[in-house]
Amino acid sequence: MRHLLGIAGWRRDELEALLDRAQTHLPGGPDASHVLRGRVVANLFFEDSTRTRSSFEVAARRLGADVLNWSYAGSSVSKGETLLDTARNIEAMGPAAIVIRHRSSGAPGLVARHVKCAVVNAGDGAHEHPSQALLDAFTLRQRWGRLDGRTVLIVGDVLHSRVARSNLLCLKALGARVVLCGPPTLLPPGLEEMGGEVSHHLDAVLPQADAVMCLRLQTERMSEAFLPSQREYSRLFGVTPARAERMKPDALVLHPGPINRGVELSPVVADGPRSVILEQVANGVAVRRAILEACAS
Amino acid sequence: MTPVLFQRARVIDPRNGVDGVRDVLVMDGRVAQVSEGPLPAPKDARVVDATDQWLVPGFIDLHVHLREPGEEGKETVLTGCRAAVAGGFTGVVAMPNTKVVNDSALVTELVLSRARDAALCHVYPAGAITKGLKGEELSEAGELIGAGCVALTDDGRPVMNAGLMRRVLQYATQFDVPVMVHEEDLTLSAGGAMHEGATSTRLGLRGIPSSAEVAMVARDLVLLEETKGRLHVAHVSCEGSVRLIREAKKRGLRVTCEVAPHHFTLDDRAVGDYDTHAKMAPPLRSDVDVRALREALVDGTVDAIATDHAPHGVSDKLVEFEKGINGIVGLETALGLTLALVHEGVLTPRRAVELLSDGPARVFGLPGGHLAPGAPADITLVSPSEEWTVDAHRFYSRSRNTPFHGRTLKGRVTQTWVGGRCVFEDGQLKESR
Repeated sequence: MRHLLGIAGWRRDELEALLDRAQTHLPGGPDASHVLRGRVVANLFFEDSTRTRSSFEVAARRLGADVLNWSYAGSSVSKGETLLDTARNIEAMGPAAIVIRHRSSGAPGLVARHVKCAVVNAGDGAHEHPSQALLDAFTLRQRWGRLDGRTVLIVGDVLHSRVARSNLLCLKALGARVVLCGPPTLLPPGLEEMGGEVSHHLDAVLPQADAVMCLRLQTERMSEAFLPSQREYSRLFGVTPARAERMKPDALVLHPGPINRGVELSPVVADGPRSVILEQVANGVAVRRAILEACAS
Repeated sequence: MTPVLFQRARVIDPRNGVDGVRDVLVMDGRVAQVSEGPLPAPKDARVVDATDQWLVPGFIDLHVHLREPGEEGKETVLTGCRAAVAGGFTGVVAMPNTKVVNDSALVTELVLSRARDAALCHVYPAGAITKGLKGEELSEAGELIGAGCVALTDDGRPVMNAGLMRRVLQYATQFDVPVMVHEEDLTLSAGGAMHEGATSTRLGLRGIPSSAEVAMVARDLVLLEETKGRLHVAHVSCEGSVRLIREAKKRGLRVTCEVAPHHFTLDDRAVGDYDTHAKMAPPLRSDVDVRALREALVDGTVDAIATDHAPHGVSDKLVEFEKGINGIVGLETALGLTLALVHEGVLTPRRAVELLSDGPARVFGLPGGHLAPGAPADITLVSPSEEWTVDAHRFYSRSRNTPFHGRTLKGRVTQTWVGGRCVFEDGQLKESR
């Protein structure tokens, strides 16, 4: 049993092994429906999520596990129960793994220190979203074979993005160069210490990219005045068809979803030939099967 | 009262320029004589052999939360006083952010009455600047000071309204008490859980920039200059603040400040893996800030070391980092952490003692802080090189929230005397009741 709390702390060979394992979980691979047979995987989602929760659920079921879906709405938490009490109660039902999504950074780590079963971080605050980073890396590896020497550009609200942090760590560990681009108000200090390069000029860095990963612009941040307007953001940092023209001919476009169409990513590009967005979703199941296999079996 | 003769102690008394081996005689609760040569023991005197120990003025902590009234599960005046004397403190200033807030003589008198019952160390209440700490209306400062408050503060909360802050600085000049401020511009710190820097980015926590503190220090120094008041800046945490305070002092403004041991010992990396025991306000800052605070302790910019002793229950800390309550207990680790700076060669023994005793006494105009004949016999004996390991479970404080549990410190309090009475000795309280 091992937790997956973040990409931080994992070595390159371990990440590669996990991605290799995910390869065997692609459609058409060997039957794995016995791997977690008779075991329970608990999905603890303290924050709304359709994509990630469904993906983990499908992954768990394909491994033969029973899935316990717990969600925040109407739960004991709304009656004042603490996170640890909730987690311990779920643990008492004997799951092999708890998959946890929480709005507070560090919440899965806190749970992991107080339960005996495996804990998988399905996204915590602005900290990490390791399964997303692994499926992104998996998707790029599928296209490129290796990530060494490739440049991945992450564009948008890095400040609030757990996807950006996990991807930065994961892509760097796998040998890629990572450039983070966005307005200064949305790029926190210390990204260089995590191995990233920083730019505020999308047009300057776009031609260098082998892949562009757009982040969802969290429109709720607007009220906090991180940005003057969605319109201005889109002008400066939106991946438009005109910008896509200036990308390398074979450069890829990724997005963790859900997309604000026409804001960070124009529909033409999102649905165009560069886009691997639906491949990301499909690969997500295989990657999460590999994660649950590694942590819960 | 039994006379006491301390023999062969290394007496460090910064105010009176003493640092050497002395005998000290205490009569009727006061220092009677400090002598380079051996003193004869009066009849019936208790004789304390203090060879190899430091005998220093009792420490005074300008910034302590005793939690009574209202949160007695965390601390009471009694348990707080026990922790204080165990840490070598003979006087503590009690913050007003209790539940009920100390914004009236009634609450001040309650705290003083509990302190008399505890009969361990001096407790000096601080009164709230504004009623209910709401930052709206001034409390009745005259009544509070009349009842025994030694300073005014909305501790824990800044006075965001500049007009109100200007008026309290003006108003307090008639009583000549310091206005003690928690400097935090809430519009800059909003939503922040720790210092803004590489660690907050790595952990994905909203950061509190240094400017949240520095901007308010700047504002209040401008107001201070205009009002000719007395400003005491609590728990200074960053380089920009000490720079401004240093300049203001040079220009003759009546500004003083304190630094907490955790701020000169730890930087923001201590948050590590979301350790809520490293969560406090102001937050642990960068290594650059830590170095700046140490320089400011040396060069006199800082007047006092104060702990910001903030007891909390286990369940306040065993939660998501963002939900964790700010603050750590500090009374029982302050000496060891301060002496670490001495052992590292940052502070001289004399300066360390000054920051814990004479400095704080002067800032708030409190008795004690020195050992001239006639001074109250508030005395701390220290074994400066004795190593011990912090065990939070053995604290006299009712709370255990410290990031220093398990850390080995060098320098321990062996005896604490208040008004000529031994209240703590060899790890044991000497309660009169």
